[in-house]
Amino acid sequence: MRAAADRLLAGDVTVGTRLPDLSYPVTATTVVLGALAARDWRPMHHDKDFAVERNGTRDIFLNTPNQAAWFERFVTDWTGPFGRLQRMTFRMLGSIFPGDTMVFRGEVTDTGVDETGCAWAALDIAVSVDGDAKTTCTARVALPLSADDNPWDRRGDRWRP
Amino acid sequence: MSAIGVADIDGLIGVEQYEEAGEFPVEQGYIWTTCASVENGNPLFWDEQVAEQVTAGPIAPPTMVSVWFRPHHWSPGRTTQGLPLQIHFDLKEGLGLPEAVMSDNTIVFHEPVRPGDRLVTRQILRSVSDEKTTRLGTGRFWVIDVVYRNQRGDLVAVESYTGFGYRRPEAAGDRESGS
Repeated sequence: MRAAADRLLAGDVTVGTRLPDLSYPVTATTVVLGALAARDWRPMHHDKDFAVERNGTRDIFLNTPNQAAWFERFVTDWTGPFGRLQRMTFRMLGSIFPGDTMVFRGEVTDTGVDETGCAWAALDIAVSVDGDAKTTCTARVALPLSADDNPWDRRGDRWRP
Repeated sequence: MSAIGVADIDGLIGVEQYEEAGEFPVEQGYIWTTCASVENGNPLFWDEQVAEQVTAGPIAPPTMVSVWFRPHHWSPGRTTQGLPLQIHFDLKEGLGLPEAVMSDNTIVFHEPVRPGDRLVTRQILRSVSDEKTTRLGTGRFWVIDVVYRNQRGDLVAVESYTGFGYRRPEAAGDRESGS
């Protein structure tokens, strides 16, 4: 995680820049804490018997809103607090279970400056287990152009995510 | 809550429906619990001085926007519960498509959400396809937007969901090829 003063600038990033990998061993606590943090009370995220018998999965599994929080953390670990998410698109391919080690990897696929002068980077990200992508995410994050620029200052017509 | 028939679709495209207010104001405790759940150390959420410097005060992680709308597991006197994507269920019922999957989900972030905000959502049907056959069965794709605004009317986020409602093939021999 970057400190506030250590901001990633748009000029530091080019197509092909890789985000630092993030590896995390998932436990039942990871799944249950994530579900309850997201106020998702559905039993397949805390009740193994329900998940196995009703969902046909081998265990409880990470819920989608908590995966969004993981993707956000992965991106802002790289950008620091001045990075401001513009948009994210998720595609769910498979489930993530206790005992899995999930690995987040990401790469810059495009960069630009929009008509309001806001710099951005487009990212392809995936979380995988044993090399199999479980969820893919495309994201766009606004980055400061200089040490005087702060994407969070943008409002109304100056913010076009 | 009403079923949406084929004849109703054109009249509902682009119409805001199902205004719903969150059951509680955006609050710091959930922000910290969520950050803890993913070990998110972004100082925006933990250091008041950084939040003041960068975002003019504390904000919630943008990806938490839907958290503020999930109803309490129980509340006194409640008998029925609205569904977060009611239009999705209206379409399933009205079009006679008992099964459904959500294929992808996009969130676009606008004005930051701050502790104390009270958010309101509305759902908008954006499109419904003609009948298509995939490996799951025969049905229709639809796109539903959920628009989030704060108590001042500022747009804070738009979520778009692509769903596919379908009927399973009745027998293996009836199965058509598809993607």
